[in-house]
Amino acid sequence: MIPPELAPQLQDPVLLKGLAQVAAATALAAVVLGLSYIRNLDLERELGGSFARGFVQVLAMGALIGVLFSIPLPYSGVVLTAMIGYAAWESRKRGDGVPRAFRVSVTAIGLGSAVVILTMLAAGAIESTVRNLVPVGGMIIANAMKTNSLALDRFKSEIESNRGEIEALLAIGVPPQAAVADHVTESVRASLIPVVDAMRTLGLVYIPGMMAGMILGGANPIYAAQYQFVIMGMIFAAGGLTSMTTSLLVGRYAFTGAAQLRRFEESSPTVLSTLRSFR
Amino acid sequence: MGVSAAKLATDHLRFAVDGTEIVRGVDLSVDTGETLTVVGPSGAGKSTLLRLLCRLDEPTDGTVYLDGTDYRTLDPTVLRTRIGMVPQDPALRDGTVRENVTIAPRLRGESVEPGRVRSLLARVGLAGYDDREVAALSGGEAQRVAIARTLVVDPEVLLLDEPTASLDPESQADIEALLAELLATSDRTAVLVTHDQAQVDRVADRVIRFVDGRIHSQGPPEEVLA
Repeated sequence: MIPPELAPQLQDPVLLKGLAQVAAATALAAVVLGLSYIRNLDLERELGGSFARGFVQVLAMGALIGVLFSIPLPYSGVVLTAMIGYAAWESRKRGDGVPRAFRVSVTAIGLGSAVVILTMLAAGAIESTVRNLVPVGGMIIANAMKTNSLALDRFKSEIESNRGEIEALLAIGVPPQAAVADHVTESVRASLIPVVDAMRTLGLVYIPGMMAGMILGGANPIYAAQYQFVIMGMIFAAGGLTSMTTSLLVGRYAFTGAAQLRRFEESSPTVLSTLRSFR
Repeated sequence: MGVSAAKLATDHLRFAVDGTEIVRGVDLSVDTGETLTVVGPSGAGKSTLLRLLCRLDEPTDGTVYLDGTDYRTLDPTVLRTRIGMVPQDPALRDGTVRENVTIAPRLRGESVEPGRVRSLLARVGLAGYDDREVAALSGGEAQRVAIARTLVVDPEVLLLDEPTASLDPESQADIEALLAELLATSDRTAVLVTHDQAQVDRVADRVIRFVDGRIHSQGPPEEVLA
């Protein structure tokens, strides 16, 4: 049942236009799924699932955002913390099998995001209003999550494909951190490719939506560009801090106390088993 | 068991993965300067035994003594400079022969004299190969680099895990000759896992036949392999 107060909103012509746009985007996504099917990539489930899930989640957020913006400012910390927790939960799947992947993710995303958000709040670059803090904070957390996922994914494949070499080095007395240093560096480098490329092409190829929106909304274009750079700087810093933290922790957790390279065993952890692993 | 007299000894050594026992209560000892070869069918747990001897895997029960000291009391990284292993697959890192041979000391922050590298390379039959890229080496040459990479740390005990298993017959013969010469001309203690009877005949002081995670028989080669 649709609540009576929402009925007029649902009849808004803009919504109908929005539905047509959603249909067009969905059709394009379907092409990707079709290509995945034809090429036997076996990615349809993951791609389709994430697409549908993103749509539902963003609609839910659209419906809730008014409520969210009306909460008292201190509660935005709770919202951002919950975002970090969920981002870490999703991100750790990219490193399934990597020892303590959730702990790594929550620490790295939390640290990277928190340092940047708090610093920029203190500097006044993020207004201390829920309306500003939650969306900008969410954007920073989302980008930190992306970096963490890429770092975990790359670290896992680096270790799995170089296990023989790493153990050959351990077997002649090379300290564990030194034995994996090159692979950790590679994970950091790979995880920062999207951030670095976005920075390199900023304004030339990549014209971010926020800046375009501010200019269309009548803001001074130079100020819009400055603010966009600030946002990109925050994303860059959060990504860098996250990636460094991720790589530092996975490099440590990959080994036992007796300097043995752990086996990366894939599993399907539950919330409960993950919480237990913290003990 | 008189573990204190041996260079290397194990005490009821066991190792299991997911409840499956791979090494089942092994007691062995190797005297200083002795070359012990371990033979047995594939899947018997020979390679796992070597991994346990240098603590690349953690025993689920029992332990290993080096010069009478329980190896769990030693820093594992230091332990592995005293018990060094040459793996079955050379697993070299992209770069030159010299970079690979000196990788352990370099990553430990120690320097290696150029003369020592040259002498090691000459000893493994790779004189003049210093600046060659390892990607361009044959399987036999790569295994020689792997042997030199372990010898550079000068381990008191050398573990060799079927070092000729992945090589073509010609390279196998080369590496066998090299090992026979290396082990015969030094007083280094060695444990060699091999499938190859000729290799045993050339280098073994004593042989262990390892079957299903246990020592099936041991003694002089002519007795065990008879």
